[in-house]
Amino acid sequence: MNETVLLTLLTVVTAATPLVYAAIGELVVERSGVLNLGVEGMLLAGAVSGFAATHASGSATLGVVAGFLAGVALAAVFAFLTLSLQSSQVATGLALTIFGVGLSALVGQSLVGVALGGLPDIAVPGLSAIPFLGPLLFEHDALVYGSFALVAGVAWFLSRTRAGLVLRAVGDSHDAAHALGYPVIRVRYLATLFGGGCAGLGGAYLSLAYTPMWAENMSAGRGWIALALVVFAVWQPGRLLLGAYLFGGIGVLQLHGQALGLAVPSQLMSMLPYLATILVLVLISRDAGRIRRNAPASIGKPFHPTV
Amino acid sequence: MIRLERRAHPSRLMGWLAPLFALAATLVAGVVLFALLGVPIGEAFHAFFVDPLSTRYGLAELGVKAAPLVMIGVALSIGFRAQVWNIGAEGQLIAGAIAGGAVALVLYEVEGWFVLPLMAVAGVLGGGLWAGVPAFLRTRFGANEILTSLMLTYVATLLLSYLVSGPLRDPDGFNFPESRLFHDAALLPRVLSGTRLHVGALVALALVALGWVLLSRTLLGFALRVNGAAPRAGAQTGFSQKRLIWVALLLGGGVAGLAGLFEVAGPIGQLLPSISPGYGFTAIIVAFLGRLHPLGVLFAGLVMALSYLGGEAAQISLNLPLAVTGVFQGMLLFFLLAADVLIGFRVAIGRARPVRRDAPVSADTTEVSGEGHR
Amino acid sequence: MHRRSLLRKALLVGAVLAVSTIPALAQDDPLKIGFVYVGPVGDHGWTYRHDIGRQAIEEALGEAVSTTFVESVPEGADAERVIRKLASEGHGLIFTTSFGFMNPTVKVAREFPDVKFEHATGYKQADNLSTYSARFYEGRAVIGTMAGMMTKSNVVGYVASFPIPEVVRGINAFTIAMRKVNPEAETKVVWVNSWYDPGKEADAARALIDQGADIITQHTDSPAPLQVAEERGIVGFGQASDMAAFAEKAQLTSIIDDWNDYYVERAQAVIDGSWESQDVWMGIDSGMVGFADYSEAVPNDVKEAAEVIKAGIVEGSMHPFQGPINDQSGEEIVAEGEMVDDQTLLGMNYYVEGVQGELPK
Repeated sequence: MNETVLLTLLTVVTAATPLVYAAIGELVVERSGVLNLGVEGMLLAGAVSGFAATHASGSATLGVVAGFLAGVALAAVFAFLTLSLQSSQVATGLALTIFGVGLSALVGQSLVGVALGGLPDIAVPGLSAIPFLGPLLFEHDALVYGSFALVAGVAWFLSRTRAGLVLRAVGDSHDAAHALGYPVIRVRYLATLFGGGCAGLGGAYLSLAYTPMWAENMSAGRGWIALALVVFAVWQPGRLLLGAYLFGGIGVLQLHGQALGLAVPSQLMSMLPYLATILVLVLISRDAGRIRRNAPASIGKPFHPTV
Repeated sequence: MIRLERRAHPSRLMGWLAPLFALAATLVAGVVLFALLGVPIGEAFHAFFVDPLSTRYGLAELGVKAAPLVMIGVALSIGFRAQVWNIGAEGQLIAGAIAGGAVALVLYEVEGWFVLPLMAVAGVLGGGLWAGVPAFLRTRFGANEILTSLMLTYVATLLLSYLVSGPLRDPDGFNFPESRLFHDAALLPRVLSGTRLHVGALVALALVALGWVLLSRTLLGFALRVNGAAPRAGAQTGFSQKRLIWVALLLGGGVAGLAGLFEVAGPIGQLLPSISPGYGFTAIIVAFLGRLHPLGVLFAGLVMALSYLGGEAAQISLNLPLAVTGVFQGMLLFFLLAADVLIGFRVAIGRARPVRRDAPVSADTTEVSGEGHR
Repeated sequence: MHRRSLLRKALLVGAVLAVSTIPALAQDDPLKIGFVYVGPVGDHGWTYRHDIGRQAIEEALGEAVSTTFVESVPEGADAERVIRKLASEGHGLIFTTSFGFMNPTVKVAREFPDVKFEHATGYKQADNLSTYSARFYEGRAVIGTMAGMMTKSNVVGYVASFPIPEVVRGINAFTIAMRKVNPEAETKVVWVNSWYDPGKEADAARALIDQGADIITQHTDSPAPLQVAEERGIVGFGQASDMAAFAEKAQLTSIIDDWNDYYVERAQAVIDGSWESQDVWMGIDSGMVGFADYSEAVPNDVKEAAEVIKAGIVEGSMHPFQGPINDQSGEEIVAEGEMVDDQTLLGMNYYVEGVQGELPK
């Protein structure tokens, strides 16, 4: 029984990891006041690039780097259009999704049917020997560890560093930040590129570790879930981790429910992660004050320096 | 150095020229793309832009494809102006199709002029109900409608799949997950013989007109626009923030639901597990491409529909993979969005000068007031 | 006078134009064959195998044919438009490869009586509309036998897509065959509600394995379940195409959709003028249901048993749905020696004994 629970939780961790990557990146982007709806496109760009690079070079590390850079590249297009040319962020993000999905499918055509080995698990010596918690937390592949580190890093960055403070200021009121002399556009550029890179990493995880293969549209909507998770998380990294694991967890649990033979139609079971997310959001949102305190007030608003 | 300098007034001229610039840029980029892929360029452009429009049937199909996009786009753009972010139009479309379709199935073999109107009402109510949930959760609990409406889209898709696999399944259909084919009284009349163009296209046009009237001539429209630009001022209009949220979401949901009903009572003729290739999401792009203005939405909807039809034609006549359509569409959108910058800004060379902003920026030219709220 | 001769000229031109728009297949014109796919050619599964069939036609008939395909066509309103476009642009033979294309195909076939249509997995025919499908459940009977012999935990995991008759048929045929050689074995089913979602399929496989399955099989299109099987050190069966490249150790064998011979035959028939509407449901004997090579992990006695089943089915002495068959509650629904007829198979919507779970009503 314990074994089954452990295995189930492990599946939850892997299922949540691509969501964590994509969402934490978008969280940073949104905290700087930019709304990038192109996450799905960047995820796929990262997936196809990571896979292609690993296949060509034999090195998974190179693949991960390639995935990151692919996400950055697409985000750069978005950043240029929205930050330098002041185009509509919502529309540009959606256009980025369409473009990213199509481009990744085009690039990936020759990769169909190629098989790669997955990423090896790295056990943390000593810690992984702890009963139950050991294998649960300390026996994963490098990208899963990366996701933990990333969330911790972003949390620390936002709340404890000066640069993080500047980023938050830019997101809360770009006019005030500009008046204080902070380089609003540059901060947003950096945040957007970082967000793209994270989404790219999430995609690389999909194609290199989660299901080591390339398939058109293999992200299957995870980019949209990630966007929803940022809202759910009230722009806080800790909450984001919770949301990703909640969503991923319920998704896995309903599969287990089916395997157990529960007499509920599978379509209704499949609805559970979405309904649960709504429910938890409603419960969280009743604390309106918290939302007001944490929402970046300038999000989505184009920045027009008046001087 | 080359800079973008804010214009004192948004340029009307550029409002017309920008799409042309964008089209030109797309043509150039398209030439490069097709050359890289080894595709004959002239034929490629012919396939994308000319082929779909070259027959009467083709033009009618443009209408069939564009109608739901325009309908939903207009309704969404009204809501977006008020900063109400309905991302779940796809789910509302499905909910409307389920409701209207269910009425058709319950009234199977019943003849009478009242069947279709009943179905339409059911469609509007179904879509409205589906949008009412995010509206309720937002006004009562402050839950962000982006997330709730999006999550409900997945729920609607699964619900449809469940219903056509069981309760609404065709009893004579060998248990295939499809409903009965609707009987004649439950099918939309064609407006153009020999084509699939149905009444939905006319409704879409009517909604463009109505949307324009609503936004520019009614107090409600004024309230919606003001509320979007400056929520505190919005309270002065006599409409509370909450009521406007309800209006915006119910409008989007009702229209999306009607569009869904039109799809299943029109071109499809039954309930299937998959009734929409993402109209609800594409309509969001259409709304923004149209700069949230009903007329703009009409043109944007036609352009998007054309790009889909062109993609099909390119696959058939050139063996061009579907992925190229996505790349081409994405590029077209990028250029359209980039060209819009020329409306609010001019390209200038030299030192920066302070900009005089002598007129209050109104929300009905571009969404300069931004799109985002929390 | 002048006006009348002008009128005559106009009528002549008009007549010529009218005649030239009638699609005429001259002996020298290659037959244009169109394919409508529900998924991407790159899915390495269902659509991929149909496209291989298309390529087989090109290879076999060369200059006599020219093929076109449209991929990822959604099953709603778009399908009719695509099919009609192919029909109105000179295609003489059109394959529509998903049951969701059934009604659109019927509609278009009615309007283009000179074009021949082949609809996969449907049940409506017309003078110019044929239906075809493969008895994949025969393949399931073979791998079910293998599973029954090789499972040690007596739990087999089935990653399934949608609860439609075709999939239910497969589950039942598999389970019946499995329990014939191993009455203790059970099938656990998880529905992912998608034909193709590698991530979900992988998670479904994990859930099944976590609940004790030591063999995995699937009715979804990606190799993800087998990859998970490989990762966990167990074995399984591939689906639609040979997935050994993705799971060298795990794949015991795979059911392979092989449309090549059928497609070439039908194309040739159109060219010869001998094409007639039919409703075919072909099995292992025709080659439509193929198998990948057995892996090294398959013991000899299992191989032999599988071959015996195959031979029996081909010869007609063995039928995957031959009684006695019990329903889930243990009651006998098919008597000994009786066989389930094709009509019932087509609409199968109940589980047999040994399958865990319930189907939506």
